[in-house]
Amino acid sequence: MIGHAEKAAPFAANEERAHWHDQALWFVRLKRDRQAESIPEWEELRQTASAIKAHTLSRIADYLEEFERNATKNGIHVHWARDAAEHNAIVHKILADRGITRLVKSKSMLTEECHLNPYLEERGIEVTDTDLGERIVQLRHEPPSHIVLPAIHLKKEDIGELFHKELGTQRGASDPKYLTEAARGHLRQKFMAAQAGLTGVNFAVAETGGFVVCTNEGNADMGTSLPPVHIACMGFEKLVPRSKDLAVFLRLLARSATGQPVTSYTTHFHGPMRGGELHVVIVDNGRSMILGQETFRRSLSCIRCGACMNTCPVFRRSGGYSYGYTVPGPIGSLLAPLRDPKNFASLPFASSLCGSCSDVCPVKIDLHHELYAFRQEMVRSHRVPLGKRAAMRGLSYILARTWAYRLAGGLMRWILPRMPRALVYGPWNPWGRQRELPPMPRQSARALIQRDLIEKESK
Amino acid sequence: MSSRDLMLAALRRNAPAASPLPEPSAAIVYPDPQKQFAEVFTSVGGKFARVAGREEINSELEKIEAYTQARKIASLVAGVGKSNLDVNALKDPHELEGLDVAIIAGEFGVAENGAVWVPASALGPQRAIFVVTQHLVLVVPAREIVHTMHQAYDRIRFAGLGFGVFISGPSKTADIEQALVIGAHGARSCTLYLVG
Repeated sequence: MIGHAEKAAPFAANEERAHWHDQALWFVRLKRDRQAESIPEWEELRQTASAIKAHTLSRIADYLEEFERNATKNGIHVHWARDAAEHNAIVHKILADRGITRLVKSKSMLTEECHLNPYLEERGIEVTDTDLGERIVQLRHEPPSHIVLPAIHLKKEDIGELFHKELGTQRGASDPKYLTEAARGHLRQKFMAAQAGLTGVNFAVAETGGFVVCTNEGNADMGTSLPPVHIACMGFEKLVPRSKDLAVFLRLLARSATGQPVTSYTTHFHGPMRGGELHVVIVDNGRSMILGQETFRRSLSCIRCGACMNTCPVFRRSGGYSYGYTVPGPIGSLLAPLRDPKNFASLPFASSLCGSCSDVCPVKIDLHHELYAFRQEMVRSHRVPLGKRAAMRGLSYILARTWAYRLAGGLMRWILPRMPRALVYGPWNPWGRQRELPPMPRQSARALIQRDLIEKESK
Repeated sequence: MSSRDLMLAALRRNAPAASPLPEPSAAIVYPDPQKQFAEVFTSVGGKFARVAGREEINSELEKIEAYTQARKIASLVAGVGKSNLDVNALKDPHELEGLDVAIIAGEFGVAENGAVWVPASALGPQRAIFVVTQHLVLVVPAREIVHTMHQAYDRIRFAGLGFGVFISGPSKTADIEQALVIGAHGARSCTLYLVG
């Protein structure tokens, strides 16, 4: 198993790019702050959103049944999928039964999680991701590196080169406006030729039997109002009880995500288009297992805004790919190991526990507390490397005993300055790989304070 | 058991103890909601103009190059714009491709975020019109500006609606190096006339 730090190494090695990534995401965080400050009741809104999610999850089965009843009345076909395989099979069957071979998709992290694209492509269906960032990474045969900004790891020159090869833009052209225009033309052809459109779901409403999809580009709207078949895929946790709850979440979502007051298009689907069909696939895929875990169930409240990534000092400096999971950053560092603790054991440690993620989370998930709790779980279940466990055990022995602490401090002050550099900065000191140890003080803090006190007394 | 029943059973088994469903707290009230709306709508890339009546829109439109140069115009607002495409005659949404300007009535606007509510009934038989058109013109009555999204959802009736969309400015993207580009897939411009 390769850990987060190892996977982050190539990203961090390109200092200039890593710095740009860091600054670009921090800029988004600042835009978010300005939007949050413009709403005096922002903190109450977060509290309300958090409570609505907690309530909904406590009665989720009832609300899903209510949603199904009302959606069916609206002429929507509701499907249920327990896992990724069933989800993919349902989507494929809807397409195959109608002889559909050209599908346009708008952004859906759920279908990324289920690996829907390769599943459909193996079965002869052309899948086109239509969000510009997602189209870019699809053409590069890469997954998105951020859930809201899929191509944030790339520079415009990379995209210029890619579009020159794939879309025939001028060699060396890298102007974002020019490249976006080229993609617009390319994707409009795809929209016009598509036989079905697939979207995610930002929020579904039990009371009204409909759902909401938010985009800035309008790609979900193109993809669902030109071809006659619309398939929407959602994790069950996207449900809210009432239409008035949408107000709470829509006030928070775009402001937290990109620092916009709202997305350009907030589209409400409560039935198929004229002469068309509308399908909703409700997916579990491990979520009910998370619901059963008291310590971690709040992670299911996530509305996928990405604010925790933009603010995270680790994410900004290590890039989305270092997490190796569909949802990266602080929230992904919970969701991934909840699914697969063996392969993602290092992710709860990919955090400074500074708590910035918890501060910006619009639904008040206690991210850094959960990450901390997860670390303890990882240690208990022996998923932390032996060396780290032994070091932690040794350190806690020393820190718990005054005599051991004094002895160890004295030894370090004496030995370290006398040791050859190669020995201090050997492979057993990963901390020292990019950092210099401070010079050893001649005296301990304790001794300094004691001397000070004696001097004062004597005066 | 079906997947549906297995899922619901698992969710009932694992659900936490019941917690109350809260009501949204009191929200911001703007001293001048029309002014707030205009500011936000402009800040998200929209073009805004206040007009006294619908007749004035026709002369305002003549100042917009996208309109004067347009070959195909579809207006769904009576008395506004030189409509030369009858959308009611369209059998297929793909026939909208090539539409230069669409003029659509918004039901109301939201001051806090510059969003305009456009229900299916305002879009004619092919709802794709608002996003396929190259340029979008929205016409909204000045008295129909609410303060926040809370008031917006108090107004919307979903029974029998089928489809509705909040539109806040033109289509846009910042997916290439975070550089804002207006006109991603949908309308390249969004002009709003607040009437009255």
